[in-house]
Amino acid sequence: MDAIANWFASHPQFTAALIACIKAVVILLGTVIVAAWMIWLERRLLGLWQDRYGPNRIGPFGLGQVIADMIKIFFKEDWIPPFVDKFTFILAPAIAMGLMLLMFALIPVTPTWGVADFNVGVLLFLALAGLEVYAVMLGGWSSNSKYALLGGLRVTAQTVSYEVFMGISLMGIVMLAGSFDLRQVVEYQAQNGWNIIPQFFGFCAFVIAAIAVVHRTPFDLPEAESELAAGFHTEYSGMKFGMFFVGEYVGIVLVSAITVVLFFGGWSGPGVASHAWLAFPWFALKCLFFMSGFILLRASLPRPRYDQMMAVGWKVCLPLSLINLLGTAAVVLAGQGS
Amino acid sequence: MADDVPHAVPGLDNEVLRELYARFGADAFVAQPTKDGMPTLWVGAERIIEVLRFLKGGIAKPYKTLYDLTAVDERLRKNRQGLPPADFTVVYQLLSVERDMTRAGTPDLRLKVALHGEFPHLPTATTVYANANWYEREVWDLFGIVFDGHPNLRRILLPPRWVGHPLRKEHPARATEFDPFVLDQMRQDLDQEALLFKPEEWGMKKGTENEDYMFLNFGPNHPAAHGAFRIVLQMDGEEIVDCVPDIGYHHRGAEKMGERQSWHSYIPYTDRIDYLGGVMNNLPYVMTVEKLAGIQVPPRAQTVRIMMSEFFRITSHLLFYGTFLQDVGAMSPVFYAFVDRQKAYDVIEAVTGFRMHPAWFRIGGLAHDLPQGWERLVREFVDYLPKRLDDYQKAAVENSLVIARTRDVAAYTTAEALEWGTTGGGLRATGLGYDLRKARPYCGYENFDFEVPTGSRGDAYDRLVLRVEEMRQSVRIIKQCLENMPSGPYKADHPLTTPPPKDRTLKDIETLITHFLQVSWGPVIPAGEACTMVEATKGINSYYLTSDGSTMSYRTRIRTPSYAHLQQIPSAIRGEMIADLVVYVASIDFVMADVDR
Repeated sequence: MDAIANWFASHPQFTAALIACIKAVVILLGTVIVAAWMIWLERRLLGLWQDRYGPNRIGPFGLGQVIADMIKIFFKEDWIPPFVDKFTFILAPAIAMGLMLLMFALIPVTPTWGVADFNVGVLLFLALAGLEVYAVMLGGWSSNSKYALLGGLRVTAQTVSYEVFMGISLMGIVMLAGSFDLRQVVEYQAQNGWNIIPQFFGFCAFVIAAIAVVHRTPFDLPEAESELAAGFHTEYSGMKFGMFFVGEYVGIVLVSAITVVLFFGGWSGPGVASHAWLAFPWFALKCLFFMSGFILLRASLPRPRYDQMMAVGWKVCLPLSLINLLGTAAVVLAGQGS
Repeated sequence: MADDVPHAVPGLDNEVLRELYARFGADAFVAQPTKDGMPTLWVGAERIIEVLRFLKGGIAKPYKTLYDLTAVDERLRKNRQGLPPADFTVVYQLLSVERDMTRAGTPDLRLKVALHGEFPHLPTATTVYANANWYEREVWDLFGIVFDGHPNLRRILLPPRWVGHPLRKEHPARATEFDPFVLDQMRQDLDQEALLFKPEEWGMKKGTENEDYMFLNFGPNHPAAHGAFRIVLQMDGEEIVDCVPDIGYHHRGAEKMGERQSWHSYIPYTDRIDYLGGVMNNLPYVMTVEKLAGIQVPPRAQTVRIMMSEFFRITSHLLFYGTFLQDVGAMSPVFYAFVDRQKAYDVIEAVTGFRMHPAWFRIGGLAHDLPQGWERLVREFVDYLPKRLDDYQKAAVENSLVIARTRDVAAYTTAEALEWGTTGGGLRATGLGYDLRKARPYCGYENFDFEVPTGSRGDAYDRLVLRVEEMRQSVRIIKQCLENMPSGPYKADHPLTTPPPKDRTLKDIETLITHFLQVSWGPVIPAGEACTMVEATKGINSYYLTSDGSTMSYRTRIRTPSYAHLQQIPSAIRGEMIADLVVYVASIDFVMADVDR
């Protein structure tokens, strides 16, 4: 026993790497489990708001429903329709889920926990979010079905127009914090107050763009059930559908986490300075608030039409984020000048 | 013969008939007395188009709407005294929204054309009324009558490879009269081949010089198609260039069944025509049979009929409201609407013993009287619903996203609506307050105080707002029923009512025999023809019954509003987007059972 401990002590680099790996695996599993549990949360909350029960049979409060669903979907026949482009068809859901999980590597969960610290974290997040469109686009195209194709087309247009100002809306924060590093953004907020106040317009534009990028209601046009049957994943079933499905919930968790990190001070909160263990509960609580917010949006809003959504993106959100950028720049410059 | 008819037939002081006689000469027509008092004229096949054109455009207060076009196989009919000889008859029923009820009876007009031969020919009326298109296709499909000059005379309700024309009297009415059905590979392939959409057959192009159109099958299984309904869309990107509605997937031969069921045992079938309308469907049917039999329904029965019909109007409109917003993309309203529907069904179940399809009206009255304590249940409901409607008003109807999605979507004018035979909310949304409960009061609606909400733009949003208001008006009518429910019998004292009166059965042998026959065979309804139109949940619904003095109907014609509304789809949606089509289809408020019968 001592020998092993000594060995680790004499190889500090390896030890650090091992601990980082373990932390990464814990965060990965945690994310997937939270995303799966999020399905339960969504169904229960929707049930609550819609005068019905939601899943309440398996386990306490129906918590076991997720496990039952997972078992079902794992044992479903892995059916690939004969008319699809097989390679791309399989690749698409893997991209969907993989990219979402990869983005989680950027999130600084607490001062000591996080998978990786990049000094270009914000940019990497934007890049990965941009790649995310390929999952849906390729899924829609490779399905070789008209509804899926329309869904794929919609998502392409949607992501392209919303990514433009998603990046711009974050630049105000980068200016204030003076860094692209997400960890420094959080630390800046811990000292100077949350970004939500100085960057309110940036926040509005970012949240809208973020919903559009993970295509949640009311921006669920690529899979608008009442219009395109199931949109881009019409031809998917079994585990491959499951990956799209869970990928969407990972997306919600991710968007909530990144919103918290960028605008709501990440782990910072009352008492964190004296009690370090409070960092994670604060982070989790803030994320939960936004996750529930996404569900409330789904319960209450109808879906805009394709052209209306594009118009809002280009005509409202883009100018809004540009003005926000200019205003922030002016304030920052004035501060430096004095 | 025609000379003495005007004096013999009631209703011939009618100004339209005078105008027709003046224009075409009295010899051109043979007037026929009917039990419903609707002026009915026989016209020669060579002259019918001319007469229709005159009625549509050549007179004051013209008949803008071809309300119904159907046919009767006359070859086995026995009681045709005084009628021109015919193997088949094609019947046109015209509606003029500008004409009110006259003292002599209904201002509507029925024209008949006598045809001879096995597969007779007749010129098409599509040149006069656009909506004759589907009706003539249906008559060809079901009777084999050929309309010369019809742009696209093909089967509409039956599969393209069906053999025979089912409403002809020689066609079997039961599956047991056919050879056993076998679906082998070849037949399956041929059937599927026949369902393929070939744009050229519809006069459509596959593309322009520079681009190909995408043809998208919207249905028959699509979440927003509201049943087994298929629209083939010709699309340029997401824009709809043209479209072809394809119906018939829900056809079950309801009219043919009418010829095999006793007058009484057909009532449950009517429930399932507009399956959201419940007893509202029984109403035109039993009222028509009562006209044929000459039964006066007591006031209590009439008031209960109105009350229960209005309950079903509310449940149907609530379903419309929920699914409409669901199709706009809002997830929650449908659950609230279903909660409210449940409350209405609780009352309906307590009164009728059944929820969706009570089949509760009877020839001559009702199945039984109102249960004890019904007032409390009804009052609870009428107190409950208006508050919920107010909530919906704020949450959904005034929601800016809902308005953005539905304003100016699939808008059409009053003139277009009349041309396509559109009735109900779809017509009133254009600004014309035409409601049969006011225009042709039936069943005692003239005694009620309510308003007819109208729209102004004729778009999908108007259709939504209007139906929410109609629910409020229905609540108002139910309240008046509650406060002024007459006492008295719930069923007419008449030998032809069903089930027949039993109280004197065990007193003497004659009534026992009569009762036995009435119960085992059903009543024998006197020969004659009658039609009753009602303002049903989705528009004007009517039953046009021909009795040949038998225990069963000789011909049962069901005119449903949804059928007309679906025919209108291409004209209203061209140039809009697929998301608009979904909103439009939802705003029509139809069920496929009502379309295909």
